[in-house]
Amino acid sequence: MKKTLPNYVTLILLLIAIASCIFGISRGEVKTVAKKATNICMECIGIG
Amino acid sequence: MADNGLKKHKAVRKGVQAGWGILSNGHFKGFLTASIYKGPLKNFCVPGMNCYSCPGALGACPIGAMQSVFDARKRKFSFYVVGYLSAIGLLVGRFVCGWLCLFGLIEELLYMIPTPKIRIPEKIDKALRYLKYVFLFLFVFALPFFYRSSLGTGDPFFCKYICPVGTLEAGLVLAILDGSIRSVLGALFRWKVAILVGCVLASIFIYRPFCKYVCPLGAFYSLFQKVSLLKMSFDQNACVNCGACARTCKMNVNPMKNPNSTECIRCGECIKACPKSALKFGVANNNTK
Repeated sequence: MKKTLPNYVTLILLLIAIASCIFGISRGEVKTVAKKATNICMECIGIG
Repeated sequence: MADNGLKKHKAVRKGVQAGWGILSNGHFKGFLTASIYKGPLKNFCVPGMNCYSCPGALGACPIGAMQSVFDARKRKFSFYVVGYLSAIGLLVGRFVCGWLCLFGLIEELLYMIPTPKIRIPEKIDKALRYLKYVFLFLFVFALPFFYRSSLGTGDPFFCKYICPVGTLEAGLVLAILDGSIRSVLGALFRWKVAILVGCVLASIFIYRPFCKYVCPLGAFYSLFQKVSLLKMSFDQNACVNCGACARTCKMNVNPMKNPNSTECIRCGECIKACPKSALKFGVANNNTK
């Protein structure tokens, strides 16, 4: 029982991470990411 | 025997790293037309550092994507990217660093140039390793989230002022391919090229210096190294204390003392170096060290 306890902690954290991801998608964060990723990022290439 | 296995393992890993690098930068047309891919795959982040403004990039860079949500005009926490990266970290820890990062591969190839190598004194090395957490929390989280210019706009501070990956994969490539981009490059570009040159030179003498001291993505994944499902296990009874694992590790980890160190990139070379098979990868094997 003691041996498997950390596995449960990991699985609970994994569920929280997946829920966070879904929540982010539901409030439109993917659109923000895609908008940035589909245009040349001036900051990344050093123009500013 | 262990030596042959190690050589083969190194070759396989290099193949996986290169294969992933080519696959995730498969928009080859972009290199001919100085344009970037704009399709639906850009909704998703690749697991490793890979600038989304690289003409070949098919996915988004997770560190850039995170900052783009943080620095949006309407201040937002990046649940999507933080959740996605946390899930990867919880599954495999820093395995991505060792197997699926193109910039990591470039650093490793530079280190293969035959020159005398620098071994940074342990105390200094240990202190410098904390730097990557400063870059993560200050340049990726805090500054993009809290800073706003007088116009109300934020900045992706890490991408803008530090990231040599963007300079190499996007900045230099686009500057070479596109005259209009070349014509507007100024002090910021020169600063970023200086960082890249420093990083390239350091990589010749020090193994993966960007990963050890700067990379905020490696820092993020390392937070999950101790609780990830994929773990390294160490069998003390099988170990003969030959020290082959510690000598093999170029990230300066001693797997006998700390097999799931936050600095381990899970390349697996120590496993292959061990003549007694005392080290193993396993899924959530929490009953061992």
